[in-house]
Amino acid sequence: MLIEILGTGCPKCELLAKHAEEAARSLGLEYRIMKVKEIPDIMARGVMSTPALAVDGVLKLQGHVPTVRSLAELLKA
Amino acid sequence: MPDALKEATCCGTPTPRAPGFWQRGGWLVLALPLWFVIYHFLEPFANWLAYSRLGLAATSRLGSAVAFFAYDAPKVLMLLSLVVLGVTFVQTFISPERTRDILAKRAGAWGNLLAAVFGIFTPFCSCSAVPLFIGFVRVGVPLGVTFSFLVSAPMVNEVALFLLLGLFGWKIALIYASTGVGVAFLAGWVIGRLRMEKHLEPWVMQIDFKPSTMAEAPKSLSDRLDLAMEGVRDIVGKVWPYLLAGIAVGAFIHGYAPEALMARIMGKAAWWSVPLAVLIGVPLYSNAAGVIPIVQALLGKGAALGTVLAFMMAVTALSLPETIILRKVLRLRLIAVFIAVVTAGILLVGYLFNAIM
Repeated sequence: MLIEILGTGCPKCELLAKHAEEAARSLGLEYRIMKVKEIPDIMARGVMSTPALAVDGVLKLQGHVPTVRSLAELLKA
Repeated sequence: MPDALKEATCCGTPTPRAPGFWQRGGWLVLALPLWFVIYHFLEPFANWLAYSRLGLAATSRLGSAVAFFAYDAPKVLMLLSLVVLGVTFVQTFISPERTRDILAKRAGAWGNLLAAVFGIFTPFCSCSAVPLFIGFVRVGVPLGVTFSFLVSAPMVNEVALFLLLGLFGWKIALIYASTGVGVAFLAGWVIGRLRMEKHLEPWVMQIDFKPSTMAEAPKSLSDRLDLAMEGVRDIVGKVWPYLLAGIAVGAFIHGYAPEALMARIMGKAAWWSVPLAVLIGVPLYSNAAGVIPIVQALLGKGAALGTVLAFMMAVTALSLPETIILRKVLRLRLIAVFIAVVTAGILLVGYLFNAIM
C-alpha cells in the first residue's frame, strides 16, 4: 500500500504522516509513505487545501488531520 | 441510528463499531457545568491569592498586577479551550473547497462581502495559503473576491472573535467582526476594480490544476467531537505561551503604566496614535489570541477603541512571513497594492472609531 502525504512540509503535514503511519502499523499493513511537497505536484492532484492524503494514488482526504482511529478505518476500507 | 445499520450491513465481517457520540462525549455533560462554576469563582480566588494569601495591598502596583495575572491567566485559558472546542466542532462542517465553489464566478460587491464573511469561519492551515490562492483563482473566483477572503481570514480570527465576546461582551465582538469584514471587503473590491490579474506570477495560471471531485467519507458526530478535542489540544498547546506572555505584558500595563501617560499616547486626542499603533503592530507577529490580553489592559488604561482595534488588526492581518509567502504568487506591484489597501483600511477603522465612540 502506498500512502502519499501531500503538503508543503508544515507541522500539520508531519502530524498527518505520523498519524497515518501509526494507523497503518496498528493494522499490520505493508505500507510505504511518500511525501509530495512541491506545490505544482500537489495541485496537479487536484488538491488545494493541505495536508492531504492519497492511498494507492487515490485521494482520500484533504485539509485536515484526522485521529489515528479514523485514519485506521479509512485505510481498512 | 441509521449509521450503525449501514455499517452492520455493508461489510461482511461485523467490525467493532466506533464509539457513539454519547460514549465519547458524555463527559461533557459533567464538564460543562463544572467549567461555569470554576469560571465564576476565578475572580474571588485571584483576589484572595493576591491580597490575602500573598498579603499584597490592593492599591499597590504589584498587587494589582499580580491580581490581574492570577485572574486573567486561568480565565483566558479556560475561555480559549471552550471557544476552540465549539469553533472546531462547527468548522468540521465547513471546508475551503465548499467555500471556493460557492464563491466561484461571483463577481461584484456581493462576492467580496460573501468572501469576507466566509473568510472568518472557513478553516485552513496557514501553510496552504498559496495552493488555496491558486485553487480559488483557477476555478474562477475573481481575484478581488479571493483577496477579500485572504484578508479576512487572518484579520477576523474566529477564536479571537469569541474570546472578545466572552471578555468584553457582544458590542466589542460585533465591532471587531464587522470592521474586519469591512476592511477585507474594501481591500478586495479595490483590487478587483484595479484589474490586477496580469500581476500574478505566470505559473499560477500555467500549472496543471483540476479540482478533485473526491467525496470524503461522511463524518459521524463522534468523529467531529474527536476532531474538536484534537483542535483544543493542538491550538491551546500552541497558543498558551503567547497567551501567558500577552497576559504578563497586560498585567504589567495594568499595574505599572501610568494612566495619564497612556491616555495621552493612545487616547483619542492624539491624531498620530492610530498610524503609530499600525507601525508598532506590523512587525509584531502573534496569534490573535495572544494580542487580546494586551488589548484588554490597554482599554482599561484609557486607550481609545479605534487605536486598539487598529493595533490588533495590524498585528494579525499584515505580517512579514505572510507577505513573503504571497510573493510566490504575486508580483511586487500587486503585493504593494495589497499592503497599501489593507493599511489604508485599518487606518480608516482606527480613525472612524475614535471619532464616533
